[in-house]
Amino acid sequence: MSARYHSKLRIPEAPFRPRENPDYSFLHLPSPEDVAKPDCMADADTIRQLAFSMVRVLDDDQNAKGAWDPQLPVSELLEGLRIMTLTRLYDDRLFRMQRQGKLSFYVKCTGEEAIAVAQAMALRSGDMLFPTYRQQGLLLARGRELVDMMCNCISNSRDNQKGRQLPSLYSWKEGNFFSVSGNLATQFSQAVGWAMASAYKGEDHIASAWVGEGSSAEADVYHALLFASAYQAPVLLNLVNNQWAISTPQTVACGGTTFAVRGLGFNLPSIRVDGNDLLAVYAVTRWAAERARLGGGPTFIELFTYRAEGHSTSDDPDAYRPKDEWHSWPLGDPVARLKTHLIQRQQWSDEKQEELEYTLTEELTEAWGEAESYGSLQDGPHWPLSSMFDDVFKEMPAHLRRQRHQMEM
Amino acid sequence: MASMNMVQAINSALDITMERDQNVLCLGEDVGYFGGVFRCTAGLQEKHGQHRVLDTPIAEAGIVAAAIGMGVNGLRPVAEIQFADYIYPAFDQIVSELARLRYRSSGEFYAPVTIRSPCGGGIRGGQTHSQSPEGIFTHVCGLKVVMPSNPYDAKGLLISAIEDDDPIIYFEPKRCYNGPFDGDPDKAAQSWNGHPKGEVPEVYYTIPIGEAAIVRPGSAVTVLTYGTMVHVAEAAIERSDIDAEQIDLRTLLPLDLEAVAESVQKTRRCVVVHEATRTGGYGAELVADVQEECFWHLEAPIQRVTGWDTPYPHAFEWDYFPGQDRIIAAMRCALEV
Repeated sequence: MSARYHSKLRIPEAPFRPRENPDYSFLHLPSPEDVAKPDCMADADTIRQLAFSMVRVLDDDQNAKGAWDPQLPVSELLEGLRIMTLTRLYDDRLFRMQRQGKLSFYVKCTGEEAIAVAQAMALRSGDMLFPTYRQQGLLLARGRELVDMMCNCISNSRDNQKGRQLPSLYSWKEGNFFSVSGNLATQFSQAVGWAMASAYKGEDHIASAWVGEGSSAEADVYHALLFASAYQAPVLLNLVNNQWAISTPQTVACGGTTFAVRGLGFNLPSIRVDGNDLLAVYAVTRWAAERARLGGGPTFIELFTYRAEGHSTSDDPDAYRPKDEWHSWPLGDPVARLKTHLIQRQQWSDEKQEELEYTLTEELTEAWGEAESYGSLQDGPHWPLSSMFDDVFKEMPAHLRRQRHQMEM
Repeated sequence: MASMNMVQAINSALDITMERDQNVLCLGEDVGYFGGVFRCTAGLQEKHGQHRVLDTPIAEAGIVAAAIGMGVNGLRPVAEIQFADYIYPAFDQIVSELARLRYRSSGEFYAPVTIRSPCGGGIRGGQTHSQSPEGIFTHVCGLKVVMPSNPYDAKGLLISAIEDDDPIIYFEPKRCYNGPFDGDPDKAAQSWNGHPKGEVPEVYYTIPIGEAAIVRPGSAVTVLTYGTMVHVAEAAIERSDIDAEQIDLRTLLPLDLEAVAESVQKTRRCVVVHEATRTGGYGAELVADVQEECFWHLEAPIQRVTGWDTPYPHAFEWDYFPGQDRIIAAMRCALEV
């Protein structure tokens, strides 16, 4: 008799693959009124349910409902819509420029605009952002000039990173936007250190970090959760669950529950939020920021969304998931949802949206023209070649001076 | 002046910099209440407060990441990695982040972090408490790598490291914490008491990063050393009656190539000594640099004395350790031609 083994490997599957009909009706989406809003200083263990549920404000008809409605003035909602629209158009423009060979690479955030835009709106300008490569909305919300972002992407003579980084890996010190690494998840635990320093110095600034659900598998994420919890650092740890890590579905990184529940083991308030709802994202971020500023420590937030486009310009999503799966996504398009909400409140119209898109497109065209006037990736002008040796150290040591000299010979 | 061992000198450097600059703080495993497994941070938490000497979770990548974040936010963190052998979990944070942050952000962001870590063998530490991984870090652009060999240098170099705006890996040869170990395990342990380099000012002073020191002037052959091997080579030279010139590099990166070249051009022969494994080691870099700078002066092939290319064996520690005999043999070899 051979021994009987009961262990079997479970191979995590994508919900749907190409040529299948996506149907996400299995997702449990509570209505906005079903989710209570606790006091922002509530004990983490009394609000565990928020990690399994989902904070929503805009309901299926795009009306604002429930305790989490941040009651933002219309002017702020319109500003949110403007920046989300700009983000989408900016992405479309740079994507096209990549296809024309003007950029080496590009990463869109289409479908996820509400996250960066709402979170930037809910934080203060002195708060430090530790983003991944898909939070360009933070820059746009904080007022980074389009020209400067474009120059960064084409590594020309006005690139503030001197032609050293891939497109989408921005850095903007003045805007308290930390240099995006490209090595995944490393910023998550660094943000905790930054926040610890802020508390150590007795300052009121908090840190906010982002990571994708795919790279949440990296150990840095758990170091961040533990250090944040141990020292009660004033930091927001945001996990953007956009369902796809290039071609790998979130099921591979997840383990069959929500991502938000991971915060519970560290006794952190852990909240899952509809990431396609600017109002809900704003409300949760505001709640967590207030908690951090009041000395309540960190919050772990899962932003539930859907990556509408490929991971980057280097992959074809039709090869690993159903074509147009996004249109079956039950939480919709964040831009369209806010627009509809404002139209229903008679604060906006399709004509005004068209007009806005036209104006923003003009701005983008003008900015692109100006950016190219400072040089292109292919033909320059770039930074002077000798600048390659700058900034390895604060002051250039002899061996680098020798190498620079060799290169110039 | 006070008589200090290397642990006390390091402790004094930390104490003084913390006293002078509120932005300096220490973090690491067991560094706080207990004062570190080698006692380098003893008394610092009691004196400077819990907020400034942090006991951390056992997560080296987390320690370094936290230090990076602190550094970006204006602090000067000194992170202790309990053994150099445990530094690898932090490798990505050191190599991809700490070392390159200034470069990738074109100077917008930087983190003036000092990572202290005891290295080297000869303490019956087996393959997980004996390694000398300095060559792995000298290969990474953007890091400075320092390894003092005695209390006086340890204090002055550590203060310089903490005040430096670049990230620094500061390796502490733990076999020399309590005395200058000459490589003979059968001899009674020496103490720093009475050794000229064990006389350490109690006050603030610095030793510049990037400057080598001549341990012993000579004319027959140049012996390049650092860390524990400084004392082993010194004893070997004495025993051999060879008039060797011995250099203690002190900083491995940036290397004081001028001092090295000047010496080899004078002696025309060179022996490179380190405890770390041989292949792809820091000694290979030294040999390449020396031949580039001194090829037409050299009378003989440059010799290398290193640990063998095996993990550090627990039972055969003294057969692994590059002791005096191997250094003497290498010097004779360099002098034969």
